[in-house]
Amino acid sequence: MANIAQAIRMALHYGEEHLGVKEIFGEDVGPPLGGVFTATQGLKNSWNSPLDERGIVGAALGLAWAGSRPVAEIQFVDYIFNTIDLLKLAGNGLWASGGQWKAPMVLMSPTGSGIHGSLYHSHSFDSIATKLHGIKVVCPSNAKDAYGLMIAAIKSDDPVIYLKPKVLLRARGAERIPGEPEDPKELSKRIDAPVGDRSDWKPDWPTLTDYTVEIGKARVAVEGAGATVVTHGRMAPICERVAKEFAESGKGSVEVLDLRSLIPYDWDAITTSVQKTGRVVFINEETEITNFGEHLIRRLVDEMWDELDVRPRLLAAKATPGVGLSPSLENFTQPQKAEVEAVLAELLADQA
Amino acid sequence: MTNAAVEADLFSRPEPALLEMHRLMVRARLLEERLIKMSKGGEGYFWIGGPGEEGFNVPLGLQVKKGRGPEFDFLHLHYRSAAIALAMGADPVDFLRQMRSVETDRFSKGRNFINHIAIPEWNILPVASTIETQYSTAIGTAIAQARLKTDAITIVNGGDAGSAEGDFHSCLVWANRPALPLPILMIVVDNGYGISTEMQTQHGEKSIADWAKVFPEMPGKEIDGNDAAASWSALEEAFSFVRKERKPYLLVAKTSRLHGHSSSSGANRVDEPDCLQRFESDLIARGLGDAEAFQKVRIDEGDALTEGRKTVRTEAFPKPESIWDDVFADGMPSSYPTKGRS
Repeated sequence: MANIAQAIRMALHYGEEHLGVKEIFGEDVGPPLGGVFTATQGLKNSWNSPLDERGIVGAALGLAWAGSRPVAEIQFVDYIFNTIDLLKLAGNGLWASGGQWKAPMVLMSPTGSGIHGSLYHSHSFDSIATKLHGIKVVCPSNAKDAYGLMIAAIKSDDPVIYLKPKVLLRARGAERIPGEPEDPKELSKRIDAPVGDRSDWKPDWPTLTDYTVEIGKARVAVEGAGATVVTHGRMAPICERVAKEFAESGKGSVEVLDLRSLIPYDWDAITTSVQKTGRVVFINEETEITNFGEHLIRRLVDEMWDELDVRPRLLAAKATPGVGLSPSLENFTQPQKAEVEAVLAELLADQA
Repeated sequence: MTNAAVEADLFSRPEPALLEMHRLMVRARLLEERLIKMSKGGEGYFWIGGPGEEGFNVPLGLQVKKGRGPEFDFLHLHYRSAAIALAMGADPVDFLRQMRSVETDRFSKGRNFINHIAIPEWNILPVASTIETQYSTAIGTAIAQARLKTDAITIVNGGDAGSAEGDFHSCLVWANRPALPLPILMIVVDNGYGISTEMQTQHGEKSIADWAKVFPEMPGKEIDGNDAAASWSALEEAFSFVRKERKPYLLVAKTSRLHGHSSSSGANRVDEPDCLQRFESDLIARGLGDAEAFQKVRIDEGDALTEGRKTVRTEAFPKPESIWDDVFADGMPSSYPTKGRS
């Protein structure tokens, strides 16, 4: 099965061939590297930009206004912060112009912790991205969704921030992407650039087909009846694993919703699940203060108070200025599997 | 209009064209004066604009290859650019609508400040209050044009104070990438101030145009933007270079700022050289008009604005719920939070 980096690469290739993507760019995005996580290797329209995040976002917005459907990359989301006002322009251009200027652009960026990335390779941007109104925000947690969400993002007439959970980029999916060879070794041989001199290398793309994950639709990753977990990105596979272990060990029945889209988010999926379980925890790796999950909790309390059996919970990252390098620091700062287990045990045991 | 049709010497143009240019300058000046009045009289809110820049902006607007899409010029303007749009054919009444923030405001549906225009039919991108971001977005439209066989270019326009922002330098670097030089006409209108701060107290460069010097193939030039004839010639040269060479050009126009920064500083007339008076003197010296004829132009243009104002005063303000229009291109998702409260 493809990993997420390969899935994104294949979706971009599909975009080049079928959806009019002519510009894929950013720092080290073009040859020879093809992206620091290899997500843009072998693409015919990929190119390297100056080391200038503001220029990258500005160029993407200008290209979108010119009728192109660019895909740009900020190498790590930790470096996106100096582009906020340009992102605001991307989000408000349609509104500010009375509906006259659309901006169909994709800005992708690796997000989150898990690679011992220290202060500037461990940030999340998820909650801040949801404050850039007018921009859609997606974040896959597996290869097939990564493929389908990228195709949806390219097709969108709105700007889309596509967050790539960086620790999952090498994670292999459980489901095949439409057109992907059965043998992962064959896929790697065909589309992964060789180590060393790759000046004469060309990928041998499989025949890929359209597969779109609708922006705004969550995925029920694990079905359950006793409690609901609403999560996305790096935390989704951890929550899935815990839910399955809880079921197997008889600790409880936990439903896991992988949001996939933060803006717009799938409120119907959340409310449907909570109506069933009456118990919910929101789990993500953004910091605790003004966390996106807090908004969802507030809305849930407003609209579903009578259907909640116990108080809703949030499991998030500690609100520190950075993520420390030492594993003891990172693991304490960012939510880990043991904390997911603990919060779920507490949620299930809470007296109604 | 294509560049081939432009005469480098302004006064070699036919008399009707010169008198039309004068009319456009008067129209732009009177419009700004009327907008200031509306702001002060409670018929609108904040005013910001470009009185004093007509001698440069009207020649600029007249040399644009006007249309929609990358085969035509893109314009990344700022909030002192009304005269450019008027020279391209914009209706002054549309500016009165934006000033009054009525629902018929064709630029922003009553959402944005005056002179924050957007005209997709002529590739005028949404003007933003953020200083200098237009120099970053200009990169993108110029890349699209650099990929095509076209003489269309990207024009970006901003002020002297904004040239301190990183976006200005992003534009310089990207426009001069050896991998893909860009057809961008970078313009800086240098009125000597950033709000209340004098340029000379913050900028050590002798001229902003000198930033072009570090790029071997990028011309840079500073001109007197209060001189319409000099502006016309310099713009003709710059347009011609960018269209033909597909490389960037940096043009700095020194102008007056006749009503200060904005209504925040009172918007009263200040004693600085006036490009319109100068152009009228040039026309009179060449036997191309007289004070009486110019006064008639003022009366005609003023009357048109007065009539326009009457119309605009009858037009409705936007419906409150229209805030939900245009948030997303494909409409609002049904479950999007819209209450703004618990």
